[in-house]
Amino acid sequence: MRQFIARRFGYSLLSLLLLSLTIFLFIRLTGDPTSLLTEPGATEADIAAVQQKFGLDKPIWVQYAYFMGSLIKGDLGESFYYQTPVLELYLSRLPNSLMLATVAMAFSLVLGIPTGILAAVKVGRFWDSAGKLFALLGLSLPSFLVGLLMILFFSVYLEWLPSSGSGTFLHLLMPAFALGWYFAAAHMRLTRSSMLEVMGSEYIKLARLKGLTETRVIVKHAFKNALIPVVTLAGINMINMINVAVVVETVFAWPGIGRLLYEGINFRDFPVVQGVVIIGGSMIVVVNLLVDVLYALIDPRIRLEK
Amino acid sequence: MRALRSVRAWLRDAPAIPFLILGLIAFAAVFADFLAPHDPQFGKLSERFLPPFWIERGSTAHIFGTDHLGRDVLSRLIFGARVSMVVGFTAVIVSGVVGTTLGIVSGYLGSWADQIIMRVTDAWLALPALTFAIFLAAIVGPSEMNIVIILAAVYWTRYARIVRGEVLSLKEREFVRLAIVAGCSKWTIMRRHILPNVINSSIVLATLMLGIVIVTEASLSFLGVGVPPPKPAWGVMLADGKQGLMVGHWWLTVMPGTCIMLMVLAANLLGDWLRVKLDPQLRQL
Repeated sequence: MRQFIARRFGYSLLSLLLLSLTIFLFIRLTGDPTSLLTEPGATEADIAAVQQKFGLDKPIWVQYAYFMGSLIKGDLGESFYYQTPVLELYLSRLPNSLMLATVAMAFSLVLGIPTGILAAVKVGRFWDSAGKLFALLGLSLPSFLVGLLMILFFSVYLEWLPSSGSGTFLHLLMPAFALGWYFAAAHMRLTRSSMLEVMGSEYIKLARLKGLTETRVIVKHAFKNALIPVVTLAGINMINMINVAVVVETVFAWPGIGRLLYEGINFRDFPVVQGVVIIGGSMIVVVNLLVDVLYALIDPRIRLEK
Repeated sequence: MRALRSVRAWLRDAPAIPFLILGLIAFAAVFADFLAPHDPQFGKLSERFLPPFWIERGSTAHIFGTDHLGRDVLSRLIFGARVSMVVGFTAVIVSGVVGTTLGIVSGYLGSWADQIIMRVTDAWLALPALTFAIFLAAIVGPSEMNIVIILAAVYWTRYARIVRGEVLSLKEREFVRLAIVAGCSKWTIMRRHILPNVINSSIVLATLMLGIVIVTEASLSFLGVGVPPPKPAWGVMLADGKQGLMVGHWWLTVMPGTCIMLMVLAANLLGDWLRVKLDPQLRQL
């Protein structure tokens, strides 16, 4: 077991190293940031000074070594554009992203789980077809389109909700729904198939034979067991949400991490892009590692496999 | 004749709706030059923000109205179909071929080839697809060709993962062992014995990916890093439509939005049908 964890941990580190190298090289391929950091008519001396200030005059492998060196110490460098530490920038935007993701997740679960259960209980009947249609629409309507249509309806026609910005709870409603929409469909699909599997099992038959009411069988016995995979997926999706929110954040001018990354790429703000991508990538790699280790703990066949 | 009949039998339970939608979009894409009533890239500024014909001020000259530069929305939608079709299908095919090939090589050869391909796949998958695509778009700059390359570069890993898994179990099967005993080279085994057995999964995955690819292209174009603006892509039209959104020019958002939705819907329906058709084990889900 210990050997398995050590090997998996090694793989994760290797993946992260590859990720950091990829991001480091790719962002430098987007172009030279000095042209965006200096005035249009800057002299060569000015440009050289800016390059020296940010360490851009050194060979690329020195830059990478320096970057990795400070990364190990937990320092992500300083933004070219904002002139503040990247970690500080990241943490200042994180609450907004977390808030958006939390509310979006709540939407997706409140919408996805009950419809999934309903579809599974009434399999093959009207509610099942309605649920299928909902899942199909959820997967077919891109989140930014949902966002635009909501702005059109709720901000322009009804004038109920603000179309952009942040601050109050009302500002949060539309972006959260637009972001949660797709995930609601995904959670509905999984709840349905997971419920169907549980409903066919022996202990549900036993519960029915005991003479329990159908509601009690579903709520008390089936639902709890069917929820496990859904919760696992929701946990992984929470990270995905923070990462994919960039389009929704753009539509609603929501100041989250997605926006930070998008601006960073456009301004060629290397440290910001590297920092955001590495933090995001680390979260995914760590979650994958935890899931692998947990599965290995549960199922001995996995940890013995070479 | 017999081949035609078997194709017909195979398509007997095909769902009509996705074929109809995709057929219509393909028709619009191929014959855009004849179908479009106006030039999609030029308009009269005097005719800007005209509504669809059934609304007051609208005219039958511009059935779906005009945008902020006076360009005909219907013509742009028709030419946009071409962009979506070309980008969507090419990207899916390129990523499918690359991913399937690498998946087979990784799964069958094992050892260091497997290690390299799988570590790269892991690192790739740790990057959120859309972020990665925006990133690559910033590097190569906006153009239709580049979008295809970007989408293929982002999505090949999905195929590689799944195909590799299947190859791992296939290579333990009798017919592969017999092929080894018969003296087939590794290359022959991969091509003649492994590939035909994984191609179904790749095709199913490709149809399911078509929707994702189209949404990604639209998202990139919407963010301004996809298809470059004067060109009529549906995502570009949505980005342009934002200018008229707050004053209620809904047709600039609803029309391209509906096109994207229909195309993705058709791709998803087609993918579901194919999955059931080609993979009986998944029929229950």
